[in-house]
Amino acid sequence: MSRRPHVRKQYWNEPEMGLWEKAYLPEILRGLWITGSIFLRNMGKWVTGRKGALTTYYPEETRWDYAQANRGKHVLTRRPDGTPQCVACNMCATVCPAKVIEIEAGFDPADAAHPKYPVRFEIDYSRCVFCGLCVEACPEDAIRMAKEVPNLPSGDRWSMWLAKEELLDWQPQSDVAKPYPPAPARVPDGERG
Amino acid sequence: MIADLVISLVFIGYAISVLMGFGTILTWVERKQAAVMSDRIGANRAYIRIPGTQVKLVWLGLFHGMADGLKMLLKEDFKPRTYDWYAYAVAPWVVFTPVLLVFAVIPFGGSLTPARLWEPLSAFFGDKTWPMQIATLDAGILIVFAFSGLTIIGAMLAGWSSSNKFSLLGALRAGSQMISYELVLGLTVLGLILVYGTVNLDAMVRQQSGIVLGFLPAWGIVYQPFAATLFLAAAIAENKRIPFDLPEAESELIAGYFTEYSAMKMGLFMFAEFIEIAIIGALFTTLFLGGYNLPYMSDAGFAFPGGAALALPHGAVVVTQLGTFLLKVFLVCSFQILIRWTLPRFRYDQVLMFAWKFMFPLALANLCVTAVVVWAVRA
Ligand code: SF4
Ligand code: SF4
Repeated sequence: MSRRPHVRKQYWNEPEMGLWEKAYLPEILRGLWITGSIFLRNMGKWVTGRKGALTTYYPEETRWDYAQANRGKHVLTRRPDGTPQCVACNMCATVCPAKVIEIEAGFDPADAAHPKYPVRFEIDYSRCVFCGLCVEACPEDAIRMAKEVPNLPSGDRWSMWLAKEELLDWQPQSDVAKPYPPAPARVPDGERG
Repeated sequence: MIADLVISLVFIGYAISVLMGFGTILTWVERKQAAVMSDRIGANRAYIRIPGTQVKLVWLGLFHGMADGLKMLLKEDFKPRTYDWYAYAVAPWVVFTPVLLVFAVIPFGGSLTPARLWEPLSAFFGDKTWPMQIATLDAGILIVFAFSGLTIIGAMLAGWSSSNKFSLLGALRAGSQMISYELVLGLTVLGLILVYGTVNLDAMVRQQSGIVLGFLPAWGIVYQPFAATLFLAAAIAENKRIPFDLPEAESELIAGYFTEYSAMKMGLFMFAEFIEIAIIGALFTTLFLGGYNLPYMSDAGFAFPGGAALALPHGAVVVTQLGTFLLKVFLVCSFQILIRWTLPRFRYDQVLMFAWKFMFPLALANLCVTAVVVWAVRA
């Protein structure tokens, strides 16, 4: 049994160029033709008012395949009477890995069912990592995340620090399961302080 | 005498504003063209806000150039502790000034007779006619080579005086590369000089306004297509841009000979490079693309093949020639940018090999063939 001598396998291409490639010019012209025609095609699109680029112009535009389940800006859900559903239990602030949720609890003796409510509820989006743990931690389904991050990208970090009003004020159309927009308060006069 | 001075000052002002304008616009054109070539949008986030309002002017990113300039002016001007700070300080200017000087001999228009532009001007200027060129020197193209050869001194000074090995390597590369390609550049132009029988750039342009073979404009690129290609390649190599940007190859030498420069000194190097793109465009236009004239056009007007002619008033001719020159220069610049964003960088040994074993023999062969043909035609 004869054994063939071992031939080491070559993992690269032989740098072989024909005369045509070695003459530089034809191949260079071919390359210029490719880039030049792409340039002309895109320019033609731009000057006729169409978009000649693949770039998504974030945040003015979003991609068509933007995930439906994308975790974006937080939404504080509300009860039918418009008060926030949050009971200021601080679970979200505790679980938050970036420690960006700040809650100051208040006491409302008039609301017997949920006397504790957030006076202050602030999220610093310049540090939030959009992990969604706060949403999972919440026992009251009071905090959710919308798909988009409307107007959040900014050159100024202080404008990324959103307070309760901005978290409540944002008007989601379909994202929140509670009746929305909240129905007008059906509380009889005099029952609430 | 005074009239000469006024005309010269006007021309110098025009030339400087054209060069500065090109230098500024080209930074924007380069960004945008590269972006469009690669399906991108390009830099367009710099804006100017109208004070007191929220109206932000973006203007396709034109303000990025301003932002860059401002940034370079305001940055710390870092100085290395070098033993030769004088050479270090002077080097950017040695690179920058010759680039501007080259433009002095390039004709950017035909002839200008102020009296024919506007009647009252004749009281001051008389009936004299000036060629639209800062210095009407017979040595034309030789001056161009003399000055453009000077920029290498600046690059060498910068590399030597920075006390940095990367800078020194970049300067050495720049030196050997520029000497090699200067030769090719000269040889390709020699063919043209044979054809035109003059080194005066204005005379060359005037000869290119004719017609050859009955319909083609008598441009240099028609006579010498080969030389035109070689000239452009060698000129890009002179300017040290991709694919010949070995002296400043980022992946190998950080920034080459201007590694140690910061703030506006670095800006001067960059600006000189962009102006040199425009200079190459102007030279190529003048030598090979008929200069400031449209095809079939001369100072008198159009003379189409087939005998039809169209005379133009002097003002129209002057404006057309100025505009045509700028347009042609811009197109050549754009073509250079296309090359820069298409081709990959050579290896260093390949660059020199390319110059000496490929372009040099080709340029020589082109010169020989031209000489024989010119001799046969003249005989
Ligand atoms: S998404 Fe994550 S990081 Fe952001 S607030 Fe919620 S828990 Fe904190
Ligand atoms: S976990 Fe829910 S209820 Fe508790 S503080 Fe956070 S948002 Fe409010």
